[in-house]
Formats: sequence, structure tokens, C-alpha cells
Amino acid sequence: MARSVHPALIAFTACVFLFLLAPLVIIIGSAFSDTSYLTFPPQGLTLHWFWNIFEIEAFRTTAITSLELALLGTALSLLIGIPAAYAISRYRVELPSWLSTLFVLPILVPEIVFGFSLMKSVTIGLGLPIFPSLLIGHALLVLPYSVRVVSASLASFDFSIEEAAISLGCPPLKTFLTVVLPNIRAGVIAAFILAFITSINDVSVSVFLTGPGISTLPIQILAHMEQFFDPTIASVSVLLMLVTVAVMAVVEATLGLTFLTK
Amino acid sequence: MTVSLTIQSISAHYGKTPVLQDLSLSVAAGELVSLLGSSGCGKTTTLRLVAGFLQPTSGAIRLGDRDLTTLPAHARDIGLVFQNYALFPHLTVLENVAFGLKQRRIAAQERRQKAAAMLERVGLSGLGDRLPAALSGGQKQRVALARALVIEPPLLMFDEPLSNLDAKLRIDMRVEIRQLQRVNGTTSLYVTHDQEEAFSISDRVAIMNAGRIMQLDTPEVLYRKPANAFVARFVGFENLLSLRTIARDGALVTAEGAGGAKITLSQDDFGLIPDDFILGCRADGLSVQQEGNGLPAVLGTRTYLGRAYQYQCTTPAGDIVANGALSEPMAAGSAAVLVPAPEQCCILTPEL
Repeated sequence: MARSVHPALIAFTACVFLFLLAPLVIIIGSAFSDTSYLTFPPQGLTLHWFWNIFEIEAFRTTAITSLELALLGTALSLLIGIPAAYAISRYRVELPSWLSTLFVLPILVPEIVFGFSLMKSVTIGLGLPIFPSLLIGHALLVLPYSVRVVSASLASFDFSIEEAAISLGCPPLKTFLTVVLPNIRAGVIAAFILAFITSINDVSVSVFLTGPGISTLPIQILAHMEQFFDPTIASVSVLLMLVTVAVMAVVEATLGLTFLTK
Repeated sequence: MTVSLTIQSISAHYGKTPVLQDLSLSVAAGELVSLLGSSGCGKTTTLRLVAGFLQPTSGAIRLGDRDLTTLPAHARDIGLVFQNYALFPHLTVLENVAFGLKQRRIAAQERRQKAAAMLERVGLSGLGDRLPAALSGGQKQRVALARALVIEPPLLMFDEPLSNLDAKLRIDMRVEIRQLQRVNGTTSLYVTHDQEEAFSISDRVAIMNAGRIMQLDTPEVLYRKPANAFVARFVGFENLLSLRTIARDGALVTAEGAGGAKITLSQDDFGLIPDDFILGCRADGLSVQQEGNGLPAVLGTRTYLGRAYQYQCTTPAGDIVANGALSEPMAAGSAAVLVPAPEQCCILTPEL
């Protein structure tokens, strides 16, 4: 027999969902509106604004920049993050305990402050060109996710397995690649996805580091909105949502979503 | 080809804490030596030093004519069996066993043959295609054993290999490990905290405490003739009485303990008795009698052991555990004498 649920609880849950989902419904609706301004409920029905995204060159180039940044930045953060997570887990006793906190600091610092200090140090201080600056910024932005998620999966890794491989004649680096890495694969994939999504959606850090000629998609959306208040913005948002949902669907199908929260 | 393992006065530290102090040990070719002790005694540290996972602060480790001391762990050629099996979760049973052969660049076909043959020897033929997760604890440990044996290492080391198995399987496995080790004649070092396991499986046992070997001997000698009070207590001499000789009459020695308790022992039965000594007695080695030549005592709580009654006794020399015959149970509070039986007692020289 089903347990009875208090009506107030049902009402409250409905309100929460409405609060979370209503803006999305509005955005999706406006994207199809046959008007030259953002409006909801949509008046008429057209795919014109979706085509418009591809007509505007700035959207194309910034989308490519965003993808490049997300892929390279995430790769870079894993390149640093996996060895760091490994060292933190493997030498938990020997290393100081604040070290794992250090890698999470970028999350704790307000992104605006983080972005500004990166601009001062990397773009102005080191005088690096815009793309490398953005790349460093994004790699640092997502580094905490890489370290934390890979650490979580290393926490359940039994390091005597590594010692077994070494005792059987496998050198340490080869052991890491052929024995440790395959066993934390799920964690590495999860870290990649989380980092990728964080990077591709970032505004606050990118806004300080973009400059003439190079911008990211979210920044371009903001810039476009300042000039044109048309449904293109809504349709770009819908496309971004679709990409995120698609990534999540792939995760769910291959690994199960629960492992992201493990 | 069997070789001997020699550990020459090694010391080791964790940070600033010393874990091993000047420890020396040699395992003869083909011999199985156990390191026995409670947790923190340094037995696992010793094994990890030999394996190369830790570096000694001083001393040397030699295997045959090879100096292992500075050799990296992967070049030491030692078969290791871990407490938690440490199988590779992402590889099949056969691939697990073949892993060491692969590192030795043995061709794929020969690798498979050798691994399959070794799986058959440990009674797991037909399970080669499974993943370790699909095996029981006993099967996992057999795979671990096969994986360590198949590389034909000059030295096998076991780190509490049976502690995760249930009691019955433990006994079966230790007999099997012993048989495989005997047949191969592989020099072996075995770490355990279980006395019965160590005594049943080993040629010699090193009883360890606080980073030192207290005594290294055959199980028989350890059990009958412990060298010091620590080992005596460890192998089950519940009662240790400090005594001082006050009179000698031929072979007879009369000694006095705390509180003026007196006892007369014959050197014909107990061996040479020094002036100051400790008499170690198992509960079975002190028989509770109405009268006789022994230590006077007042009986306390009586418990039933099946083969005897056990009494908590009060004597002038301190509290003592002794056993009495089932035929004549005695009441708490009654006076009795505790007569030492030489074959269940030992004479120890007090440590300075």
C-alpha cells in the first residue's frame, strides 16, 4: 500500500520544481517566437532564430574558441590534477593535510576576484597573448574538479594492487599507466565531464581574459544581448542546454549518473 | 636454484619514530621463516624493506649474492602475497597470473600456457576467464599465490595472507602454501600475528617486539624453551615468578620469591638453575593439589575447561593461574599447593 504524503509537502515540492524549471520553459518558448524581441508566451512559431545563430559569424568563432578552451583546459587540468590527486592519496600520511585543500581554493575564491587576479598576473604581468591566458585561466578554474573527483575515485583504490604490480617487475610509471589508471577510469571521465561543462559555461573568469578578436560563447551571448534583444539569445541558450543534456545522457547511458555524486 | 636471504642490522624510521632497530635475520635456502608478533612490532615493516617499498636508514639486505639494499622494488624479483589479495580488478584471472611473465617479456603463447598450468596447480583450472570480483576469498588468495609463484622467484614473501579467510579455509590454505613451498623449495618469509599459523607452517619463527627479534628458533624450541620473559608470555607461560636461590643441596635448589614464598626444585628435572631466575609455568604446568612439594596458595574462582578445572590462586608471590584434576574439584577459599611439572615449565634468566 502506498504511504500517504502530506498535501502541503506535494505543494511545496511542486513550487520548488516550478521555480527551477519555469525560467527554462520561458527561454525555450521565447526561442521559437516569431517576433524581433524576446517575449513569452511566444507569438507565432519559427526556427528563424536558430538559423540566425549560424548566420552570425561571432557565434561560430566564439563557439569554436569555447570548445577549444574547454577541451584543452580540461586536458591541461587533468594533466596536473591526476598526478596531484595520486600524490595526495598515495602519500596521505607523508604529505601535509592542507595540500588537498590548496587544490580546492580556486572554488572558494569568488570567481570575479579569481578572474581579475588572473588578468593582473597572467595577461598584464606575464604579457601573455589572449588565448594562452584564457587557457591558463580555464585550466585553473576547473583544476579543483579534476583533483577532487579523481581523488574520490583514488580513495577506494587499494594501493597494494600497485605494489603487487611493482613486485612482479613492472616499473612505477608503467604500473601507473597500466594498473592504476584503468582502475580510476570512471573518476577521470567524471572529472573530464564536470570540468568540461564548468569551462564551457564560464563567464566571470573569461570576461577578464578575453580581448580584441578572441571571445568565448557565453561572453558573446552577453555582448549580443547588449545590442540586440532578440530571440537569438534564447535559441543559443536552448542549444547549450541540449549539449549539456546530451553529455549527461551519454554519462547516464555509459556509467550511470550516480557516480558523479559518489 | 635456491638462495638464502640475509638481513644485516637494518634500522628503519617512520619520520623520526624508529620502527626497526638494528635487526638481523637470515633465512637459509629453501627455508620458511615466519615473523610473528602483534601489530606495530615491525614485522610488516621488515617485509616491506625486503620488498623495496621502504628504504632502511642503515644496514643491508642480500638475496643470494645479489645486494638488494639499493635496488628498486620492481627489479628485486620477489614473489609477494598480500593480505587483501591485491589482484588486478580490471584483468581476468589468467591475465592476473600472467602479469609477471608479461613484464619478463615472455611470449604470449608461453605466458598463457604457464599461467594456465599454475592455475591448475592451485586448483583453479577453468576459472581463467573470470574477473577477480567473481571469486570467493579463498579462490582470490589462490590466484594471488599462483601469480607470485609463476614468476619462479628466488624469494617468496607472505604478508598475513590468511587473515581475511574463515577459520577452516585458513587451515586448508596454510597446508597448501606449505606444500607448494616445500615442493618448489622456495626461500620464504612469512608475516603473521597468529601463533598457531606461524608454528604450523614454519621451519623457524622469529618472535618480534618493538622492532626487535626477541627469539628466532624452531617452533618446538620456542614453545618449550623460551629465551626470555616476553617470548615465554607470548607462547603461553601465564605465570612468571621471580625467584632467588637461598639454599643448594646437591641437585635440589630451594628458592624464595616475593612475600617469602618458598619452593624446592630439582636441577635433574628443571636443568641448571642460576641464583636469580624466573620460573615460567603454564596453567597446566602447575597442578593444584591438596598437599605436596609446591607453592602454598589460596584458591579463588574456579572455571571448567573441559580437560581440567582452572583456579585463580592467591599466593604470597602474587596471583597465579593453575589447573587441577577434574576428579577432585576444590572449593574457593580452600588452601592448596601448586606443584610445578617440569615439562610445562621453564627457567629464565632475568633481563638486566
